[in-house]
Amino acid sequence: MLDSALQFLADHSLVLATVKILVVFSVLSGVLAYIVYLERKVLAFMQARLGPMRVGPWGILQAIADPLKLILKEDIIPSGADKTLFLIAPVISVAAAFTVFAAIPFGDKDIVIHGVNLGLPLISNTNIGILFILAVSSLGIYGIILGGWASNSHYPLLGALRSAAQLVSYEVAGGMAIIGILLISHSMSLVDIVEKQQSMGVWNVFLQPVGFFIYLVAAIAETNRSPFDLPEAESELTAGFHTEYSGFRFSLFFMAEYTSMVLVSCIAVTLFWGGWLRPFQGVASLDFLKFTPVVVFLAAAVAISLGARKNQVPMEKLVLFAIAACCVLLAAALAYPLVTSAIQGIFWFSAKVFIFLYAFIWYRGTFPRYRYDQLMNLGWRVMIPLGLANVIATAAVCYWLQPHPAAAVLGMLTR
Amino acid sequence: MMEINLPQIAFFALSALALISAIMVITRRNAIHSAIWLIITLFSVAGVFLMLHAEFLFAVQIILYVGGIMVLFLFVIMLVNLDVAAKQSQFSRQWFVAVVTALVLTAELVYGIYLDHRGFLIIPPPPAAAATNNTQAIAVGLYQTYMLPVEIASLLLLVAMVGAVVMAKRKFE
Amino acid sequence: MIPVHWYLYLGAGLFTIGVIGVLTRRNVIVILMSIELILNAVNINLVAFSQYFHSTNGQVFAIFVITDAAAEAAVGLGLIIALFRNKETVNADEIDLLKW
Repeated sequence: MLDSALQFLADHSLVLATVKILVVFSVLSGVLAYIVYLERKVLAFMQARLGPMRVGPWGILQAIADPLKLILKEDIIPSGADKTLFLIAPVISVAAAFTVFAAIPFGDKDIVIHGVNLGLPLISNTNIGILFILAVSSLGIYGIILGGWASNSHYPLLGALRSAAQLVSYEVAGGMAIIGILLISHSMSLVDIVEKQQSMGVWNVFLQPVGFFIYLVAAIAETNRSPFDLPEAESELTAGFHTEYSGFRFSLFFMAEYTSMVLVSCIAVTLFWGGWLRPFQGVASLDFLKFTPVVVFLAAAVAISLGARKNQVPMEKLVLFAIAACCVLLAAALAYPLVTSAIQGIFWFSAKVFIFLYAFIWYRGTFPRYRYDQLMNLGWRVMIPLGLANVIATAAVCYWLQPHPAAAVLGMLTR
Repeated sequence: MMEINLPQIAFFALSALALISAIMVITRRNAIHSAIWLIITLFSVAGVFLMLHAEFLFAVQIILYVGGIMVLFLFVIMLVNLDVAAKQSQFSRQWFVAVVTALVLTAELVYGIYLDHRGFLIIPPPPAAAATNNTQAIAVGLYQTYMLPVEIASLLLLVAMVGAVVMAKRKFE
Repeated sequence: MIPVHWYLYLGAGLFTIGVIGVLTRRNVIVILMSIELILNAVNINLVAFSQYFHSTNGQVFAIFVITDAAAEAAVGLGLIIALFRNKETVNADEIDLLKW
C-alpha cells in the first residue's frame, strides 16, 4: 500500500511537486510559530527578564495561543478604505514570501524511502534560481504599498511609502552582493552554487567577506528588522503600514515578515555559507563531525532536564521531562548509520539557518534604531558604492586567475 | 484541438488574462486600480515569455517592470492625490474617432498577419550549434555582439536618472 | 506547439488596446500606462520571432526595450510631478496654456 503510493509519487512529477510543496509549507508554518516564541524568549533573556512563562511549561504553548487569539479577534475594516485592496494586501505579502521557498535547496542526498527514489529535497532546481528569488521577493513591496494606501489614513500611507523606498534601495545593494557570488559560481542555479563551494573546498563567505556583509545588511533592511525597522516600529508612526490591520490580517503581515526573515537566512546560508555542506566536508579525519545531530539532541535533552528540575508545577515538570525523553529518543534514532548519512544535508542547513535567525534576534536586542535619513544615506551612499567596488574587484581577480586571456572569456561563458 | 494540449491551454489562458487585464487598465476610474491591472498584464506577458523559452527575460520582466517601474507608478499616483480627478469624466471628447482609428489600425495588422500565416507554419531548422544556456546566449549577445548599445543604454539610464531627479526636485530659492 | 502567428495576434491585440488607451483617456498617468502596454506588445513580437528563428537577437532587443521603458517612465513621471505642482491637475486636456 505504502509502496504503491510511493511509486505513484515517483512516476507523476506534478503530484510529487505538490506533495513537496505541502511538506515545505507545513514545516515552515511550524517553524514560523516557534520563531516568534524564540524571539520573545531570547529578547527577554537579553533584557534580564523571563519572557512568556504562563501558557504551558516555559510558555511553549504561547506560539499556539497567540495565533488563536488573533484569529478569533474582530475583523475591522476602516471606513472609506478601498475594500478589495485592503483584503488583498496582506495576501500579496505572504504569498510573495512563501513562494520564494520553491527555489531553495534543503539538502543533497536523494530522498529514498523503501527503495523508491523521490528526488532531491527541494521543490525545483531552475537554472535561473537567483533571478527567480530576486524577482519574487521584490513582489512583497506591493503588499506594503497597497496595505498602506488602502487603509485610507495618513500614518499607514507615510509608513508604507517610507518602507517601500527603503526596500527598493536595499534591493539594489543586495543584488550587487549576489553578483560577486555569480562571478565565482558561473551559474545562477542554487544547487550549482553549493556544489561549486563543495568542489572548491571553501565556502563563499571566505572568498567574498565584503559581499556577505553587504548582503547581511541588505537582508536586515529588506525584512524591516531592527535596526532598520523604523517604518513599522511601535513607537514610530503608530506602527506604520499595518496600523489599521487587526486580527487575522495583521497576523498575515506578521507571518510575512518572519517568513522573509527565514527566507533571507536560507538564501544567505545557501549563497555564502555552503548550504547543506558540513564544515570541512573534504577532510576525512574530521568525519566524526557527522555525529553532530546526535550530540546536539542529547545536549538539548540534558539542558531541558536541568532546567526542569527547578520547576515548581509538577504537571509542567512532567511535560518537560517528556520532551527531554523525546530528544533522547530522537538522538538514538539519528545514531543509525543509514539515518545519519541521510540527515546530514538537512541538519547542517537547518543548523546554519538557526544560527542566522538567532543572530537576527540578537541584532534586534542590541542595536538602536536607524533614523530614516540615516538609513537611506547608508543604503545609497555606503552600501551601493561598496557593492560596486566589490563587483569590480571580484571581476578583476576572477579575470587574472584565468590561465589565458582569450580562453578566460570563453571560460567565463562556458562553465 | 483534438486532445488536451497543455501548451495550448496555457497560451490561451495567458493571452485571455493579458487582453482582459489590458482592457481593465484603460477603463478603470481609479488610477490605482489601473496600475494593479497593469501589473497583472505584465505578469501574463512574463508568462508568455516563459512559454517561449526565454527564462532570463521572464525574470528580467518581473524584476524591472513589475518590481521597479510599477512601484514607481504607484508612488507617483499616491503622491499626486487624485480624488478630484476620479469624479470627472474619464474619457476625452474625441473618444469615438480614436476608437475607430485604432480599430482600423488593428484590422490592418490582423490582415497583414493573416496574409502570411501559412508561411509561418514552416519552421526553420534549429541551428547546428549545441544549445547553450539561454542566459549564456543572451550574455554573449549583450556583451560581445551588442556591446555598444549596452554602453549607450547605460548612458541613457544615467541621463534619465539625473533628469528625473532634477525635474521632481523642489526648487529652493 | 504554438505557431508563431498566434503570438503576433496577441501582440497586435495588446498594441490596439494600448493605442486606444493613449488616444482616449484624459488622465496622463493612465496614458503612460497605455504606452507601457504598447511596449509590452512589441516585446511579445520580438521574443516570438526570436524563438521562431532560434536566435537570441530578439531577446537582447527586448531587454533594451525594457530598459528604455524604465528610463521613459522615470522621466515621464518626474514631468507629471512637476506639472502637478504647477497646475494641480493630471488631465491632459486641461494643460492648455499655449492654446490660442
